[in-house]
Amino acid sequence: MDNIDRNIINNLQGNFPICENPYAQVAEQLNITETELIQRIEKLLEQGMLTRFGPMYHAERLGGGLTLAAMQVPIAYFEKVAEQVNSFPEVAHNYAREHELNMWFVLATELPEQIDSMITAIEAKTGLHVYNMPKQTEYYIGFKIKV
Amino acid sequence: MIDNIDRKLIKATQTGLPLTPRPYHTIAQQLNITAEEVMERLRKMLDYGIIRRIGAVPNHYALGYRYNGMTVWNVPDEQIDKLGKMVGELEFVSHCYHRPRHLPKWPYNLFAMVHGKNQTQVDQQIQQIIELLGKYNHGHETLYSTRILKKTGLRI
Repeated sequence: MDNIDRNIINNLQGNFPICENPYAQVAEQLNITETELIQRIEKLLEQGMLTRFGPMYHAERLGGGLTLAAMQVPIAYFEKVAEQVNSFPEVAHNYAREHELNMWFVLATELPEQIDSMITAIEAKTGLHVYNMPKQTEYYIGFKIKV
Repeated sequence: MIDNIDRKLIKATQTGLPLTPRPYHTIAQQLNITAEEVMERLRKMLDYGIIRRIGAVPNHYALGYRYNGMTVWNVPDEQIDKLGKMVGELEFVSHCYHRPRHLPKWPYNLFAMVHGKNQTQVDQQIQQIIELLGKYNHGHETLYSTRILKKTGLRI
């Protein structure tokens, strides 16, 4: 990664233009050619420095349900419960965390009213209580990282 | 708010924009609509906040931000909106939410994700939040992830 790559990452985390030749427009601001910009984005994606290049959608505004949920899983059953929880396609992310509540997952459903029944289903399958922590207010989501 | 064409447009772009000189034209061809319509619909979704932003989505971990902590705070409900905005404005906070408590086990109502390149940096960030919240901080913890058990993108 060189300075041009850093410039691309630092300056392109938002505001990508919606116009006929957006890469050309951005390339001009970065003082490189359109072809070079496209090739560098391709390379950053291949190397995994970028996970994606494009629009970032706001899940709830698309009409779906979304929540964060946590469980206290006995260590002896951890792998089995992880498998049971992950078997639901509505479980988008699942993380092990160091805490009494040691399993944290994000549930995404097509409709908001399906969240409650998903939680009931996960409780039934695992025999464990699920702590539902839907967001009540969002103060910020963004974080522009500097490299 | 979104119709079937928007839905198709979202499906066509949620994994990324084409890396072609005229990406919106490339999408238009796939969807059999005009490029003007693609751009018009994307602008509208940006305006309504259905699209948060368009651009590069960095991989924090690959770029050296390997210490990611979920900090959780117990703050008075009547102060939380003011405090949440202040915490959310800190440059190292990526997500900041008000979530419900589950007493007695879980007294925390303010969640803030912090990211640093090493433990010292994250510790300093947490210290900064402690100072910012001052007397309104009635207890906090930081939960580090030890393993990703599942990670799929949000898909419609």
